[in-house]
Amino acid sequence: MTPAHPLSTGPAPAADLLLRDVRVLDPRAHIDTRHDVRVRAGRITELAHPATLAAEPGSEAIDGEGRLTLVPAFFDPHVHLRTPGQEHKEDIDSGTRAAAAGGFAAVIAMPNTDPVLDSAPLLRSLRDAAAREAHVAVGFLPAITRGLAGEQLTEMAELRQQGALGFTDDGKPVQSAGMLRKALQYQRLCGGVLALHEEDPTLSRGGAMNEGAVSVALGIAGIPTVAESTMVARDAALAGYEDARVHFQHLSCAASVDAVAAAKARGYQVSAEVTPHHLLLTEEDVRGMDTRMKMHPPLTTDADRRALIEALRAGTIDCVATDHAPHARDEKEVPFEQAPMGTTGLETAFSALYTGLVLPGVIDLALLVERMTAGAALFELATPVIEVGAPADLALIDLDAEWAAGEHGWQSRSANCCFAGRALRGRVLLTLSAGALAHRGERELASFQYGDLVGA
Amino acid sequence: MNHLLSIEDLDRAAIERIVSQAERFAEVSHRDIKKVPALRGRMVLNLFYEASTRTRSSFELAAKRLSADVVNFAASGSSVEKGESLKDTVLTLSAHRPDAIVLRTPWAGASELVSKWCSAAIVNAGDGKHEHPTQALLDVYTLRQRLGSIDGASIWIVGDVAHSRVARSNILAFQRMGASVTVAGPPTLVPRSIEQLGCEVRYTLDELPGADIVYALRMQRERMNDVWVPSLREYATWYQINARRLQPHQILMHPGPVNRGLELSGEVVDSPQAVITAQVEAGVVVRMAVLYELLAGARPQQASGSVRADVSALDATAGQAAEPQPLAGGRLA
Repeated sequence: MTPAHPLSTGPAPAADLLLRDVRVLDPRAHIDTRHDVRVRAGRITELAHPATLAAEPGSEAIDGEGRLTLVPAFFDPHVHLRTPGQEHKEDIDSGTRAAAAGGFAAVIAMPNTDPVLDSAPLLRSLRDAAAREAHVAVGFLPAITRGLAGEQLTEMAELRQQGALGFTDDGKPVQSAGMLRKALQYQRLCGGVLALHEEDPTLSRGGAMNEGAVSVALGIAGIPTVAESTMVARDAALAGYEDARVHFQHLSCAASVDAVAAAKARGYQVSAEVTPHHLLLTEEDVRGMDTRMKMHPPLTTDADRRALIEALRAGTIDCVATDHAPHARDEKEVPFEQAPMGTTGLETAFSALYTGLVLPGVIDLALLVERMTAGAALFELATPVIEVGAPADLALIDLDAEWAAGEHGWQSRSANCCFAGRALRGRVLLTLSAGALAHRGERELASFQYGDLVGA
Repeated sequence: MNHLLSIEDLDRAAIERIVSQAERFAEVSHRDIKKVPALRGRMVLNLFYEASTRTRSSFELAAKRLSADVVNFAASGSSVEKGESLKDTVLTLSAHRPDAIVLRTPWAGASELVSKWCSAAIVNAGDGKHEHPTQALLDVYTLRQRLGSIDGASIWIVGDVAHSRVARSNILAFQRMGASVTVAGPPTLVPRSIEQLGCEVRYTLDELPGADIVYALRMQRERMNDVWVPSLREYATWYQINARRLQPHQILMHPGPVNRGLELSGEVVDSPQAVITAQVEAGVVVRMAVLYELLAGARPQQASGSVRADVSALDATAGQAAEPQPLAGGRLA
């Protein structure tokens, strides 16, 4: 059972655009050269030698002068759009604006909303809302269990018919192995990836950060990494036994990486994601008890961080996911232990990883682009490519742009970003999602406008 | 010194300065009129989100002996129970222009947070399981009265280390004053990585006779909402400080209130080796010294202008990182 159109796209019209003399980088198509790229009616219609194509009347043109980089737009398999019920944190409009500003052409929304996305009527209404409001394509993962309570399966087959990309109880683990096994078995009927938030609550309960040297110094109850890794190992074994397809969300530690590697070595159908914050920050960043550093799973040790980077490089971890988790200012302006878990991430993901991993030479840009687009295929969706005839899912980036993530100026409704105050390099200037213009950094683009040709 | 948030912020010289000041104030406690005018016209606000009798009354007494005005604000029965946030409560109470806020909460880091929201001097009177710095200072004071110095002394802290802010502050303070610290308790109540604070770890009391000072922690029944030990009886069998375990040369301390028959046997509580009541007495003079240190030199709170405006100005500066920080990258090189 495969839904016909699992992604919902918004109302923006198909774009006509000329990108002149840009560096085109698509690791899957093995392209990394300067080109002119023409988009007509939302599709890539021409790839030509640099500075050879002329703008057409009425169509916008941007001249990269060889200084801008065009990549397939990113795919984020893990965001919280907070609607319905928590629109004071985010909604489809603001959340997908944030996604577009970060160069994402598509995101997958989590179901831990209020009410929980666990029924077909609610899924239909959300897809209708996305068709009206979304700036990038949105897919939905309804809950595995009703109300995320872990006791009864949702009507997974009906949800699939209505366009569910897969299922998840994200925010909570499926604590009962017996319950999860039933979902894995039912997957044979309905299909759809089961995305798993791995955490043994009997080990993590009461904890607010990683257990270790920093938690003991701060007197904050710790969450041991085995709370995650034992569940990854358990569920990998279940998936192997049932020959089911599972995706491990936001891995945070070396032991979980080992469990995923072992499952892949046995040929189990597992995949995994990692967040920019787990790749770039550690428990040391929690010392100041800044609540923007409080997330689930928590920031871990530098050894764990290095293992995650190595796993991303080796492919044990398949893709980057932001786990974009907006919270209102007053909800985070409380003592650390009281604060809700989560950081926003859509608008900083690329820049933070480019600054923190690519510029120092830890991974190369092509690999980063590959891992930031790989999520689509994991959820049985087409991966964006830069080739003639393909729909325009594109991100145009100024790799030299310097900016500081701040307290204000976000497209997201919330400002709880763990990278706030950091100097970042690389900024997304333009994003096309499903052929439509999704983001346009007016100020940043100004110097690249090919003004005299537009409408000439 | 603008605030007292954590022992971590104090070096040995600062601890000695406060303890010496407390010694000078001890003399006042023996006068007929136990009051000095040092903080006349200043206001101290006690803001307590957790039950406390001795710490709160000790701060109240300390402020009154310095002639400060004292307002007590307990979270129960107040707007806090009606859902007001910590920040809103602090901003509201700041309208009374306290010079110092003495704060106890069940949340680590709350005092530091409050210090960013208002212009009063903040005294941490216990923030969750993080720290209780005035307790550590009064313990250092008590030991100095008894021993002169604790340089080179061996101090054992015994019991529920995991849930104890007293343990965390005292591990730091005792080490800063030159003592070596060993923590001992059931493995379920000794947090992983505690040795990173510089102390030794033992799970039995076999080597306890080598200690100069035995500091027993309270078994916090109110925090035992999970099964941490098989039974309190078994805990007492293995970890109770009693006449059989306490050596004649050892000094016995406890932050109170004592569970007689649990962490301490009745006989050792009443023995001359116990300095538990001296600790309580020290509480007042040490807290006088802390308030004096924070307020005596400082400018009084102005009675004009708007607090809200002051606070938002503070907020704005806190929000703007002067220089953006570099991102991880370099760490991998």
